[in-house]
Order: sequence, then structure tokens, then C-alpha cells
Amino acid sequence: MAWTWFHQLGSPKWFYQKTEAWLPWLAVATLVLITWGSIWGLAFAPMDAKQGNSYRIIYIHVPAAFLSLAGYYVMAISGAIGLIWKMKVASLVMRSAASIGAILTFVSLFTGAVWGKPTWGTWWVWDARITSMLILFFLYLGVIALQNAFEREEAANKASAILALVGTVNIPIIYKSVDWWYTLHQPATIKFVGKSTIDPSMMYPLLVMVIGFYCLYALVLILRTRSEILVRERKSRWVQELATQ
Amino acid sequence: MNLNFQFDSVSDFFTMSGHGPYVWVCYLVTYFAIGYLMVAPIVANRRLLARLKRQQRLEQAEQHYPLQSENHS
Repeated sequence: MAWTWFHQLGSPKWFYQKTEAWLPWLAVATLVLITWGSIWGLAFAPMDAKQGNSYRIIYIHVPAAFLSLAGYYVMAISGAIGLIWKMKVASLVMRSAASIGAILTFVSLFTGAVWGKPTWGTWWVWDARITSMLILFFLYLGVIALQNAFEREEAANKASAILALVGTVNIPIIYKSVDWWYTLHQPATIKFVGKSTIDPSMMYPLLVMVIGFYCLYALVLILRTRSEILVRERKSRWVQELATQ
Repeated sequence: MNLNFQFDSVSDFFTMSGHGPYVWVCYLVTYFAIGYLMVAPIVANRRLLARLKRQQRLEQAEQHYPLQSENHS
């Protein structure tokens, strides 16, 4: 019982104060990596023999898609932690992850559609990969909607965490969709096992962008969670003291 | 590894042999989203703390100069 009390009251303040020092480093890493990767990808990576310059969209499309998937795990796992151990911070991380994930999924769907026009001749097809990504977008929106649908925040956290966990079944489907249903979307070019089918001169800027987006994700997740913490703890003494300064 | 500028001129870089609009729209939308993700929580925090500070001042003023509406006879 003592531990439940500790988590509920002690953690948000600890999280807020602990993460303060990480923010400048993460912000610098994010901005440097994304600027560097963008310039490299836009101007110095060679043109694709088949797709021409339109392929340069890959440098934002793939990192955004990676993070919208990785972000789903963050949301589902923190939701589960909040559900099982009633940790306040975990539920707030889930809330933050839902809105960040929805924005990143939108970015990857949007850039994919714009890339599709010159490459496939169409903005949209009901291809397996694209459809499963659209479902991911709706799952994020569903979690956000459930969070706001309840009067009591505990009930909202519980319901949205359960939806997030059930929706996890979609993630392996997205990963495997390009192999199971060979439709329009190209298969993965970067492989963790085996040889990648992308030339190093095109892959290195992509790796820079992917690492940059991971830093961005960590940064905005912390920023958003801190903001959620402040709103909920606004009546506590430490936030009041923070405001006085 | 080839690390040369891949375009003949700056205007060629912007048009990207016809693919320019597609590429630039994608990058603009993404940068806008990144900017929003980074700035929105910082602005929200500042606003909340400023609001709390205002409330504290009001409460202090209330303590030092209590309202004495009943004394006017």
C-alpha cells in the first residue's frame, strides 16, 4: 500500500525534475541530426535511377513511419504499466505518446501519398501497407478520443490503455504487410538481418535521419509528459514554487 | 562515396527536374509538424506557470488588503 502512495505522489515531480537536464542535449542532437540528414538527403545523396528525385521523400517518410510504429509500442507498454501498477507518470506518457504518434502517422501517410503521385501515378491505393498504416492512425485517434471521453481520468486511462493493447495486433501486420501481400508498396530496403537493398550513399543520410527522429521522439515525449504533469500537479506545492520563481 | 552537390544549379535544385513540388511540400509539412511538436508543450508550460503566478499575486494582495465592503455605511 505504501508503494502505491509513493508512485502516485512521488513520481511526477521526480520525472519533471530529473528530465530537466536532458532536454538541451536532446534538442541539440535532434536539430543537428535532422538538419544534417535533410541537407545530405536533399542535395548530396545521388538521384534514384528509377524514381528520380521524388525518392528524396524517403528521408522523412521512412523515419516518420518508423517512429509511428515504435511510438505505438511506447504507448501500449506505458499504458500497460499504468494499468497494472497504477503509475501516474506511465499513464501521462501514454497520453503524450498518443498525440505524438497520431501526428507522426499523419506525416508518414501524407508524405507517402505525395510520393505516390509521381511514382505510382496515384495519391492513394488500398494497398496492404497503406491500409494497415491508416488503421494505425485511427487507433491513435481512438486512444485520444477515449482519453477525453470520460469524466474520471482513471477510467479514461484504463479504457484507452486497453484499446492501445488490443491494437498492438496491428503492428506485426504492418511490418509484414509488404511481404504477405505483395501489392504496390515496395518491400523494406533496410534490413536488420541480411543485406540491405539500398546503396550506402543513399542509406547513410537515411540512418542520420532515423537517429534524428528517435532523438526528436524522445525529446517531444518528455516535453509533452512534463506539460501533462504540470497541469495535473498545478495545485501541489512544488509547482506553485516553480511558478513563483 | 560520392558527396558532390547533385544539381546543376540552384534553380535545378528547387525544381528537381519536375519532382520539386512533391519533395518540398513533404519537407515543409514535416518541418511544420516537428516545430509544432517541440513548441506546443513549451508554450503550454509557460502559460500555465504564468497563470499560477498571477493567481498567487492575487491571493497575496487579498491577504494584505482585504476587501472591506461592509464598513461603508
